[in-house]
Amino acid sequence: MDLRPLAPELTLTVLGLALLSLDMVVPRDRKRVVGWAGIAGLLAALLVTLLPSVGLFGRPRLVFFETYAVDPFAAFFKIVAIVSAVLVLLSAMEFFQGRATLYEGDVYVLIVFMVLGLVLMAAAADLILLFLAIEFVSLISYVLAGSLKADRQSNEAGIKYFFYGAAASAIMLYGFSYLYGAGRTTNIYHLAQRVATFPPAFLVVAVVLVLAGLGFKVSLVPFHQWTPDVYEGAPTPIPAFLSVGSKAAGFAALLRLFYVAFPPQAWVMVLAVIAAFSMSIGNLVALSQRNIKRMLAYSSIAHAGYILIGVVSLTRPPAPDGSGIIGSGIGAVLYYLLAYTFTNVGAFAVAIAIERTLGSDAIPDYAGLSQRAPFSAFAMAVFMLSLTGVPPTALFFGKFFLFAAAIQNGFLWLAVVAILNSVVSLYYYAGVIWAMYLMAPPDGAGPVAEGSLTRVLLAVTVAGTLVLGIFPNAFVQLARTASHLLKL
Amino acid sequence: MSGLLSFVLWLPVAGALALLVLPRERVGAIRVTALATAALDFAVSVAAAAVFDRGHADRMQLVEQAAWIRSLGITYHLGVDGLSLPLVILTTLLTLLCVIYSWRVEARPKEYMILFLLLETGMVGVFVALDFILFYVFWELSLVPMFFIIGIWGGPQRVYAAIKFFLYTLIGSLAMLLAILIVYFHSSPRTFDIIALIHQKPLAQDLGLAVLAFWGFFLSFAIKVPMFPFHTWLPDAHVEAPTAGSVLLAAVLLKLGTYGFVRIALPLLPGAFQQEAGIVAVLAVIGVVYGAMVAMAQTDLKKLIAYSSVTHMGYVMLAVAAAASIAGRGALQGAAAATLGGATLEMVAHGVITGALFFLVGVIYDYRAHTRGLGDFGGLGLRLPVYTGITIVAMLASLGLPGLMGFVAEFLIFLGAFQIYPALTVLALAGVVITVAYFLWAIHRLFFGPLNTRWEVLPDMDGRERWALGPLVAVMVAAGIYPRPLLDMINLAMVNILSLLR
Repeated sequence: MDLRPLAPELTLTVLGLALLSLDMVVPRDRKRVVGWAGIAGLLAALLVTLLPSVGLFGRPRLVFFETYAVDPFAAFFKIVAIVSAVLVLLSAMEFFQGRATLYEGDVYVLIVFMVLGLVLMAAAADLILLFLAIEFVSLISYVLAGSLKADRQSNEAGIKYFFYGAAASAIMLYGFSYLYGAGRTTNIYHLAQRVATFPPAFLVVAVVLVLAGLGFKVSLVPFHQWTPDVYEGAPTPIPAFLSVGSKAAGFAALLRLFYVAFPPQAWVMVLAVIAAFSMSIGNLVALSQRNIKRMLAYSSIAHAGYILIGVVSLTRPPAPDGSGIIGSGIGAVLYYLLAYTFTNVGAFAVAIAIERTLGSDAIPDYAGLSQRAPFSAFAMAVFMLSLTGVPPTALFFGKFFLFAAAIQNGFLWLAVVAILNSVVSLYYYAGVIWAMYLMAPPDGAGPVAEGSLTRVLLAVTVAGTLVLGIFPNAFVQLARTASHLLKL
Repeated sequence: MSGLLSFVLWLPVAGALALLVLPRERVGAIRVTALATAALDFAVSVAAAAVFDRGHADRMQLVEQAAWIRSLGITYHLGVDGLSLPLVILTTLLTLLCVIYSWRVEARPKEYMILFLLLETGMVGVFVALDFILFYVFWELSLVPMFFIIGIWGGPQRVYAAIKFFLYTLIGSLAMLLAILIVYFHSSPRTFDIIALIHQKPLAQDLGLAVLAFWGFFLSFAIKVPMFPFHTWLPDAHVEAPTAGSVLLAAVLLKLGTYGFVRIALPLLPGAFQQEAGIVAVLAVIGVVYGAMVAMAQTDLKKLIAYSSVTHMGYVMLAVAAAASIAGRGALQGAAAATLGGATLEMVAHGVITGALFFLVGVIYDYRAHTRGLGDFGGLGLRLPVYTGITIVAMLASLGLPGLMGFVAEFLIFLGAFQIYPALTVLALAGVVITVAYFLWAIHRLFFGPLNTRWEVLPDMDGRERWALGPLVAVMVAAGIYPRPLLDMINLAMVNILSLLR
C-alpha cells in the first residue's frame, strides 16, 4: 500500500505524539518550548504538504479503498489548517504569558492534534471517515474550550459547546443513516451515482439533517447559538482557531459532500436562504455587542453566511481562462477562507494582547488605543477594514469573488443582501476603529506594552491581509488550482 | 510610456511613509516634509500638463499600462485626457493649499499630514485610473482618510458625521461593484479595462440589465455628488470636518461623482442613461432649487456654503442628464457638447471657488471669531479689508458673476441644457436667482452695516492664509476672463465622449 499521499497526516500524528512526550519532561514554567516545537513541526508538515504525492498539483484520485480523496482541493485545506494552527499557537503562547498553568502544554499538543482532524475532514470521501474526523475535531474543541479549569466561564463554554455539539452530531449521523439506508453505501462518490433514484422529499430531509452537523461546525444560523458563549468563555486563542481552522474544514467537508453527492436542486435554495439569514442575523446582533469576543463571534456567523454564497454559486462551470476565479463559487470560497484566516486570527491576536495588558474585553476600553499602542491599533484598524471588505485589504477581493460568483450563477439577490449586510457591518467594525482612534484615552493612561510575540504575530497577519489585498495574483492562482475538487 | 502619472500618483504615499518614520515631536520637520511633498506633486502635475498635447486632448495621453493581477486580467492602466487632467491639477493644487493652510494645526500634526497625503493619492488615482478594479480601489481609498480626518479633527458632532459619511459612501461603492461585475460578465473578451469596455458597450443589446447596471453606478456616483435625495450626509460632513477637510471634500471629493457620470456612466451605458435621463434631470433640478432654498435659510456660514454645493452640483448633473438624453441623435449634438463642456468646467470652477469659500470660513472661524453665525457679524469690511475683498470675489464667482470662472461654466451649461430640457432649465434658473439672493445677503450681513464691537480687534489675513487663497483667486479671475485654453481642451474630450455614444 502506498503511504506517500498520507505524508502530511503521518507527519502530524508523529508530531502530536512527540509533543505529548516532550510536554511530560518540560517543567511547568517553560511550557513555551512545547509551543515552539509545535510551530517548527507544523512548518515541516507544511513543506510535506507541498510534496507532489499529496496532490496540490497532481491528478485528483481516491486512495485507501476509495475512502480518502487526494486532490488539490484537499491539499489547499491542509495548508490552511496548518497555517492557521501556526498563527494560533503563536497567539496561545502570548495568551499564556504570565498565567502559567500545568495544562499549557496540553493546549499546544491538542491544537496540533486538532490540525490532524481538520486535515482528515477536508479529504474524507466516506461518510464514516467524515463522521470520525468531525468527532475527532469536536472532542478536542470541547476540551480546549474548557481548558482553563479554574475559570467558570471557560467551564461553561466547554460544557455548552459539548451539549450543542453532541446533539448536532447525532442529528447529522441520523442524516447519514438515511443516505446509507437508501443508497446502500457510505462512500460519497458511490452515493453520487445513486441519489438520482431517491425520492426528492426524502433527499431534502437527509440534506437538512446532515446540515445540522456541518452548520454547527461553521456556525451557520440556525445552528449558531453556541458561538457567542463559547467565543466569550473559552481561552481566546481557541475561538480564534475555531473561527478559521474549524470553519474552513467545515466548509471543505460541506463543499465536498454537497457538491459531489447531492444534486443541486436538493440543496441550493435551502443554503441560499440560510446564507441570507446567517449574514443578516449575525450582523444585526453584532451591532449591539460591547464585548470584542462576542462581537467577533457574531461577525464569524455573518462571515459564514457570506462564504455560503460561494457554496451555492457552483452550478455553473468555472469561468474561461484569463479571468482566474472570477465567477467560480469554489474559487471564491477558497480565497475568502484564506483571506479570513489572516484577518480574523489577527483581530483575535489584538484582542488577546489587550485582554492580557488591560484585563478587559470591552470595546469601550479600547478608547485611545491609537496613542497607547499604535502598532496594535493600526493592525486592528486594518483587520476591521478587511472584515468590512474595504480595499486594499484581503477580504475586499474575497467579497469581490463572492459577489462575482453570485452574479454569474443567478444569485444577484443574494449579492444585494450581502451588500446591505456589509454596510451594516461597517457600523460595528468602524465602532472599534472609532474607539481606538477617535476617542481620547482615559485620564492618566500610559502606553500599553506590546510584546515581541504580539508584534511578530501582528506583522505576519497584517502582511497577509495586505498582500492578499494588493498583490493577490499568486493566491488567486493557488485558489484556482485548488478549486479542482475530485468529482466523478 | 512615461512614468509621470505614476509619479504624481505615488509621490504622496512616499511622502506619507517618510512622515511615518519621523518622530512626532519634530513638528517642524513634519510640516516641511508634507509641504515639500505636496509642492513637488503639484509641480509634477503641472509638468504633466505641459507635456500633455492639448491639441489632442480627446485622446488618453501619458498612458501607462502594466499587468497587475495577471490571473484576473486586471491591469495597472493610467491615462489622462481633457476631462481628467484639469481635475488632477485641481487636486494637487488644493492639497498643496490645504497643507499650507493647515500649518498651524496643533493636534496630532503627523497623522493629519499623513492622512491628507494618502487622500491625495486616492483622489488622483480615481481621475487617472483606466481599469475598473484600480478605479474602485482608489475610490475606496479616498474614503478612509476622509473618515479619519472628519472623525479626529472635526467639530463637536464629528463622530456622527464621519460614520454617516462612511456608511453612505460604502453602500454606493458596493452597488457600483455589482454594476462593474454585471458589465464584466457581459463583456467579450472579458476585461475590466474602462476604455475597452466603453468601446465594447457590453450591455447594448440587453437594455433591462443595462438599466440595472446604470442604477448601480448611479447610486454610487449620486451619493458622492451628492444628488437630491442622497445629499443628507453632506451638510453634516462639511460642517463637522476641519477646514482643510471641508475644502477637499467640496473641491475634489464631490467631483469624483460627477467625473464618474461623465467618464463611465455616460459612455459605457448610453442606452440606459438615455432612458433614465429624465429622472436624473428632475432630481438634478430639485437639488438645484432645494439646495438654494435651504442655503437661503441658513444662519451658519459653513452650512450655507455646503448647501450651495448641492445647487452647483445640480447644475452639473442637469447638464450630464441633458447630454445623455440626446445620446446618439444627430441633432442637438452641439448643444450636448456645450452643456457637457460647461459641466466639466463647472467641476473645476466649483472646486476652485468653493474650496476658497471653505478656506475663508476657516479663516474667520478657526483662528479669529470662533463663530460662523451670520447674525454675529456685520461691518467686517472696515476691519478686515483683504479678507472682505477676497470673500466678496469668491462669493460673486460662486453666484455666477460674468468675468469670473463660475459664470463661464454656468452659462455653457444653461445654453446647452435649454435646447434639450427647456422647462427644467428655466426651473433651474430660479435656483440661480435664489443663489444670487443669498450670497448677496450673506455679503451684506458679514461685511456691511455697523461693526459688532466684539470684533474690533480681529487681525486681517496673515501671510499663510494669503498664500493659501491667492492662487485660487487668481485662477477664478484668469479663467473667468480668458477660459479658452481650458475650455478648448475640455471640449475636445467632450466631443470625443459624445462620439462614443453612438
